Amino acid sequence: MSEEKKPAIKKIQATGHMRKIMADYFYELDRAVKEGSPKVAWCTSVGPAELLLSLGFLVYYPENHGAMLGATRLASNYIPLANAIGYSPDICSYLTSDVGAFIKKETPLSRAYEGIEGIPLPDVLVYNTNQCRDVQDWFSWYSKELNVPALGISTYRNIGNITDDHLISIAKQIKGLIPRLEEIAGNKFDMDKFRHVLGLSYECTQLWKKVLETNKNIPAPISFFDETIHMAPAVVLRGTETAVEYYEVLLQELEERVAQKEGAVQEEEFRLYWEGMPIWGKLRDLAEFFISLKTAVIASTYCNSWIFDSFDPDDPFMSMARAYTEIFIVRDENFKERYIEEMVDMYGLNGLLFHDAKTCPNNSNNRYGMPERLEKKLGIPALTINGDLNDLRCYSEEQAKTNIEAFVEQLESK
Amino acid sequence: MYYFIGIDVGASTTKAIVLDNKSKIIGHSVIHSGADFEAAADKAYKKAFKDVERESQNKERVISTGYGRRNVPFADLTKTEISCHAKGSYHYYRRAHTLIDIGGQDSKIIKIDNSGKRTGFKMNRKCAAGTGAFLEEIANRLKIEIEKLNGLAEKATKNVTIGSYCTVFTATEILTKIRQNVREEDIIKGIFDSVIKRALEMDPLEGNIVMSGGVVAYNPYFVKMCEQKLGKEIFVPPFPQLTGALGAALFAFETKGGKHA
Repeated sequence: MSEEKKPAIKKIQATGHMRKIMADYFYELDRAVKEGSPKVAWCTSVGPAELLLSLGFLVYYPENHGAMLGATRLASNYIPLANAIGYSPDICSYLTSDVGAFIKKETPLSRAYEGIEGIPLPDVLVYNTNQCRDVQDWFSWYSKELNVPALGISTYRNIGNITDDHLISIAKQIKGLIPRLEEIAGNKFDMDKFRHVLGLSYECTQLWKKVLETNKNIPAPISFFDETIHMAPAVVLRGTETAVEYYEVLLQELEERVAQKEGAVQEEEFRLYWEGMPIWGKLRDLAEFFISLKTAVIASTYCNSWIFDSFDPDDPFMSMARAYTEIFIVRDENFKERYIEEMVDMYGLNGLLFHDAKTCPNNSNNRYGMPERLEKKLGIPALTINGDLNDLRCYSEEQAKTNIEAFVEQLESK
Repeated sequence: MYYFIGIDVGASTTKAIVLDNKSKIIGHSVIHSGADFEAAADKAYKKAFKDVERESQNKERVISTGYGRRNVPFADLTKTEISCHAKGSYHYYRRAHTLIDIGGQDSKIIKIDNSGKRTGFKMNRKCAAGTGAFLEEIANRLKIEIEKLNGLAEKATKNVTIGSYCTVFTATEILTKIRQNVREEDIIKGIFDSVIKRALEMDPLEGNIVMSGGVVAYNPYFVKMCEQKLGKEIFVPPFPQLTGALGAALFAFETKGGKHA
């Protein structure tokens, strides 16, 4: 009964600032398309954005659009349209909802920003398969549909130790993109600009890391659900001064919260890890539900995935290759388990929550016995809930909530 | 003095149990939940008291559980069915064990330690296969009364494999079996076997095993088949379908400082 009372989510004051810079970002993209300059590149969310920015492209991220389709719960309208042209309901629902929205000529951007009529059409599509193969299929569809080149980097998968061989290969692929990108951008590659952008990305990522690490404090000042919203600038504006300035503001606010012992869940009793994708259409609902259970979800693989410690302007290609290869999703099970173990220690966590996202196998790490192994190793319980990032047909609200509530009851009885 | 009442509003049936001040069961009921959970809870509550000589001065403490636990306006507290089943199961089986509950909507595997604490749980995925609803659907397709499944399965002479995960695909598979002139009894046993397999997929099921839920209550042959599969004896509590309701009533008993006799 307690969860029926909607508990208030504490508003983050920096949200207004974020809305402003996100609006500026989308209007700038829209203007560029309408005026034909600068050129627009689409990039996967952990793709070589810094290279594109240094060449003068404005960069748009379809995954960010996918998340918007999920968060606005519009995805279910569009997924069937992609299914109908042969893209299975079992593949990435970012892909299917985004492609479906394009087929229907609709976008949440035009609802949010007056004057924007559609997504910013690309001059080039640039992917990195470090996340999954689906991004390549996704961009290939647009490439054929819009007659725009799709270029990409193919990353190794399930890597334990990263070797020089891996990095040399990835760095070579990044360099290999330059001639074609120069041609499309109409600008020559400039090493100093590249170093500068990479430096800004590094600053952004370090501030984002500090933001996330404020949750080492008890109570934790920001929930995973808010983090997923506030990481948008780290995804789409990294490599710019704007993102750096934003995270300075957000960090200051969270440090003030810490000083005042103001938690995202004020009566925080338990602290959990979220492994896997967010359930975008249920962010608010789940945030409120966890508050009602006095349980804070405060650390996650997902939000940590935009921490790129290795960026180094003095060695831009190799460091970029390392940064985009050492991320969690690219690594083997042993690395992932060690990583989560570190998070449990760092944040003082009581339990692990795995989201088995039906259409996102690469971000569903429960499927090869990891929760069971970690329970034994760490002595804390793990729970798997079934759902999806965007396709809410794969999510049973009642079943998920009963599981979560029972999990918290189990923690209470310890 | 108090009456301690547990109400388990499940997807298929609503169960109620009344305990006296010494945590002894003095009334119980099982009714169909229907579409109105609130009405079902009220009806189950009244029915459980039907044969109880009520002491007018006695107060009541009510805990609701199950999918409709939030639809019981007269409940003092809610608890999930996972916690309540663990509680109810340990009441009769006071050793470390794994409880398999096969309910109408879901199947649960719950691990309980020697002291009665829950150490882990799993629920079936979002699918009817492996649940009471699956048996109901198949019985309906075959136009067999659900109460007759146990007797039919007992008379099976052959082992028939039903391989599909999905209720809809299973129905198609059964049509094929019918066309192949497979006996109805053998098909029903095959369906029982399919439900058991879904439970076995959820957990290695080591150590002591207890089973509860409506499927277990009405189909003793189902339990026998499980015992054969696992190669060990399975404990079934006296009111298998009321395990969750009993757990809720026991929680109610404890919240008033009650200690078990």
